[in-house]
Amino acid sequence: MKVDFWLNGVRRSEEAQPDTLLLDFLRSRGCYSVKRGCETANCGLCTVLLDGKPVLSCSVLAVRADGKKVVTLEGLQKEAEEFGAFLADEGAEQCGFCNPGFVMNVLAMMKELEDPTEEEIQEYLAGNLCRCSGFAGQTRGILNYLRYKKSQGKGASKA
Amino acid sequence: MLKIRNYVKAADLAEAYELNQKKTACVLGGMVWLKMGNRSVSTAIDLSGLGLDTIRETEEEFVIGCMTPLRALETDEGLNAFTGGAMRESLRHIVGVQFRNCATVGGSIFGRYGFSDVLTMFLTLDSYVEMYRGGRIPMEEFASMKRDRDILVNVIVRKRPLVCAYFSQRNTATDFPVLTCGASLMDGNARVVIGARPSRAMAVQDPGGILTGFGEMTGEQKEKAAEAFAEYAFSAVAVNGNMRASGEYRALLVKVLTKRALRAVGGMGNEG
Ligand SMILES: Cc1cc2nc3c(=O)[nH]c(=O)nc-3n(C[C@H](O)[C@H](O)[C@H](O)COP(=O)(O)OP(=O)(O)OC[C@H]3O[C@@H](n4cnc5c(N)ncnc54)[C@H](O)[C@@H]3O)c2cc1C
Ligand code: FES
Ligand code: FES
Repeated sequence: MKVDFWLNGVRRSEEAQPDTLLLDFLRSRGCYSVKRGCETANCGLCTVLLDGKPVLSCSVLAVRADGKKVVTLEGLQKEAEEFGAFLADEGAEQCGFCNPGFVMNVLAMMKELEDPTEEEIQEYLAGNLCRCSGFAGQTRGILNYLRYKKSQGKGASKA
Repeated sequence: MLKIRNYVKAADLAEAYELNQKKTACVLGGMVWLKMGNRSVSTAIDLSGLGLDTIRETEEEFVIGCMTPLRALETDEGLNAFTGGAMRESLRHIVGVQFRNCATVGGSIFGRYGFSDVLTMFLTLDSYVEMYRGGRIPMEEFASMKRDRDILVNVIVRKRPLVCAYFSQRNTATDFPVLTCGASLMDGNARVVIGARPSRAMAVQDPGGILTGFGEMTGEQKEKAAEAFAEYAFSAVAVNGNMRASGEYRALLVKVLTKRALRAVGGMGNEG
């Protein structure tokens, strides 16, 4: 079946089987940041943006991307690098396997929530599992990043 | 793995209904539940082109399209104002934001899952399903009906003024609930719903009239009624054990959460 969609801002016309999941579809188009970390829709590692909203690409049919905008970490390199530095400053990550889905959801949160409290951050990110850490360093990193963005005058702006 | 031979984006509900009469066909909600199964589907029917993903509020009711994601319900200002935030509370513990952007209200209610926070919440309200063939059916009746091949079009919430509260107990954050409990006060009478027993949510009947006129009671009377009804629910609500909790533990939770929810709708805070 034909899927006409935007992948990281570029218009694409591709073929997909009726039961191809968005996750496998994107990986086969070179988006290797999108990974499967579980079989139960629980881990959040497969997070991509579909028309601006974070979704689990492991649970969405590729054909449902038709007419929509898909953004993966490959399309957010600048933002990811900027935020990544704040994570690194806190020594937040261990193995780093959870990173792509986590970063995607943090960036989605920045767009959706204005000035989130620590509790709101925890709640928004509860669907991203990390096997190595308790998210303490990550939370510090996010708070610092939010403060930095705010001082830049464009933090948490509704995009 | 879920196997799908044909995918059809339905042009209207009539087409969707026709296609769905075949036993091997299947309506797609958010697919979060479906994709965990091992079914072989002949025709997957997608309702996402029918504009059924919105929440409309009129003078009398909320009309919630079946394809509305749980996250949209959770963040809807109208529904949260109407339920005093109980709608949000019932949904925010379900897995994660990305998950709730996928899972739909139609799939959640049609599935009538035993563990469902969503079903518990809607049973707490004066709500209905609107089926393509079956028309409007009260939620309580729908919850006990056998699965058929009809299509759930909308979920309706009548705006009967109410006070309501929602509580769930989980072993860990974002896991399936061990027990769910909703309570509401409508027209002066209180109602309690218990779910994740672990079987399907049910409204707890009140044959002794313990909660009749709950809204008009004094603080002390309310306290007594909440206590008495919690004790009654403890013995009357059928619960069982499963991998998450024993039946004994669930029975104790029935008592605690019933009392807590009644105190909350009685305006007495929720401690105790
Ligand atoms: C890992 C996991 C954890 C979960 N945890 C919780 C939890 O803690 N609390 C909770 O309340 N829920 C929980 N759920 C359930 C979830 O919230 C949804 O209720 C569930 O995924 C179904 O919604 P869906 O949109 O994904 O439906 P789908 O999976 O697409 O469909 C479910 C069923 O409904 C049918 N269907 C869908 N839409 C319609 C329609 N409009 N008309 C007729 N039939 C229809 C489908 O054919 C299918 O049989 C969990 C699910 C998973 C997978
Ligand atoms: S792969 Fe784990 S939630 Fe999608
Ligand atoms: S750092 Fe290893 S899974 Fe998160």
